[in-house]
Amino acid sequence: MANKNSLHKESVGLKIVIYVVCVILAILSLMPFIIMFTNATRSTAEIQSSAISLYSAHPIQNLTNNWKVFNGKSFDPATGFVNSLIVSTCTTILAIYFSCLTSYALFAYEWKFRDAFFGLIVGIMMIPGTVTMIGFYQAAYQVHMTNKLALLIIPAIASPNMVFFMRQYLQASLSMEIVDSGRMDGAGEFMIFNRIVLPLMKPAIATQCIFTFVGSWNNLFLPQILLTKKEKYTLPIEVALLNSDIYQTEYGSIYLGLSLTVIPLLVIYILLSRYIVEGVALGGVKG
Amino acid sequence: MGNKKLVDYGKFGYIFSIPFILAFLVFSLYPILYTFYIGFTDFAGMAATIKDSKVLWSEPFKNFISVFKSNLFRKSFGNTVVIWIMNFIPQMGLALLLTAWFTDRRSKVKGQGIFKILFYMPNIITAATVAVLFTQIFGYPSGPINTTLLKLGLTEKGINFVLTPWRIKGVVAFIQFWQWYGYTMVILISGVIGIDPAIFEAADLDGANRVQTFFLVTLPCIRTVMLYTLVTSLIGGLNMFDIPSLYARDQGDSGGYTVNMYIKDVAFTGKQRYNLAAAASIIMFIIIVALSLVLFYIMRDKDEAKLKKLKKQALKAAKAKKAY
Repeated sequence: MANKNSLHKESVGLKIVIYVVCVILAILSLMPFIIMFTNATRSTAEIQSSAISLYSAHPIQNLTNNWKVFNGKSFDPATGFVNSLIVSTCTTILAIYFSCLTSYALFAYEWKFRDAFFGLIVGIMMIPGTVTMIGFYQAAYQVHMTNKLALLIIPAIASPNMVFFMRQYLQASLSMEIVDSGRMDGAGEFMIFNRIVLPLMKPAIATQCIFTFVGSWNNLFLPQILLTKKEKYTLPIEVALLNSDIYQTEYGSIYLGLSLTVIPLLVIYILLSRYIVEGVALGGVKG
Repeated sequence: MGNKKLVDYGKFGYIFSIPFILAFLVFSLYPILYTFYIGFTDFAGMAATIKDSKVLWSEPFKNFISVFKSNLFRKSFGNTVVIWIMNFIPQMGLALLLTAWFTDRRSKVKGQGIFKILFYMPNIITAATVAVLFTQIFGYPSGPINTTLLKLGLTEKGINFVLTPWRIKGVVAFIQFWQWYGYTMVILISGVIGIDPAIFEAADLDGANRVQTFFLVTLPCIRTVMLYTLVTSLIGGLNMFDIPSLYARDQGDSGGYTVNMYIKDVAFTGKQRYNLAAAASIIMFIIIVALSLVLFYIMRDKDEAKLKKLKKQALKAAKAKKAY
């Protein structure tokens, strides 16, 4: 009896520790964003006198004021947003469609170089584009393709990570009988892929969509090198501008600018968080 | 029906792979080879063109030697590895602790779902935004952290977080940790969920307590997942760019200067020495390929071991049948 009681006490103590730590970590996750949003509605003078406070004397007025300040300078979130949206959307569509197609080629057909091809895909999966950037930039420069958003999009056709993921998914969930029955009905191979296989891959597509979109949306390194014209800047490049000298003391507008870049991601995350976390668990590996 | 048609289908394997292969050749393989080529030339300078530059036949590894001798490269490599270690150890530690708590079979932690969602959240936010945000939050003398420290009386003048190399490394490592521990936790939890429940039941029957179960059963079972996380995190860590390039870039004796920043600066600022940048890229490329091979070996090992087991079992079964 006594033993059981002490065990019980111990586990209550542990539970308290667990909840305290988890709540602290939850606050740690949220706090920077709360500070960011509140300070976006405060004036620079208010932030300087106390940077961590919910108080704002004239929130709406400060907000419009902060907006005016950064609008007069180089930070241009609207252009960045549109460019990022174009790049991320097209990247996602291309990567998803062609990765499904390639994974289906690996799954459904017997061909001579199949295993070698799969080996290649696994082999190049981990190599980040950043280490080959010098050659990529020079090649692009010679054909006058820098400052073209297309150059950030088209390479997505070869996304080895996603092909690997999709192939694993097909192996676990698609039976060749479905494909064969399509063949019986006289459908061509391409038709079978588009009409039967693609719809069956929806769950895998959904998770990969989110990761590809977010990954592309957040990319800074390659766009920063390829894009030198202001009207081609993506959102992360615009964000980097906020760190430059001209905003040094305009705290309110820096917070507002950051808020604008975070809001779309937070909306997506709040709507899809369950699928995102499940997707990570499935192996939606980013790197 | 039958054979003839099967042979026919095979060609679709090739057809459907063509877009991937073309894109791979043009946008991955060609840049890799081109980077290698540039690494062996004297291609440098604003006005230089690749046509005018020559391959360094007499001393082919000149660029590589210069890179290895460069203090800035060594420093950036050291910084990159140190920052990675400073972020990875606490990240893995916390992720393991949370995994142990969240997967404990005897006492369920309530609200797990919401905690996981909150812990993972920083991971999806643009790293550039996060870096600029933390520049403000760690601002001196009147950023939120310093304001709080002053109010609590923990410091008199506030702490200048960009003053010394170690402070910068600490903050960059903290930001990386903050962004990635939730991700690592989710991966580890999925590894634990994948363990055969019978193993835990056996541990229960043997009277193993919570701590014993975790260290002697759970940890060995998720060894592969942990190694996978280690290698992928190391590869990501070697490519660290966004956060250190936006947080305290030229301050504190460049304590947060990383290899990718070095490569970019060497190629696109000052004398524009593409050849040196390419050589540095190739060095990183080789390190990363080596790491990938390690990873490949780890992942393959597991499947092969399984196959071997199955084969053994099949052999045993066959023998048993024969005996009958």
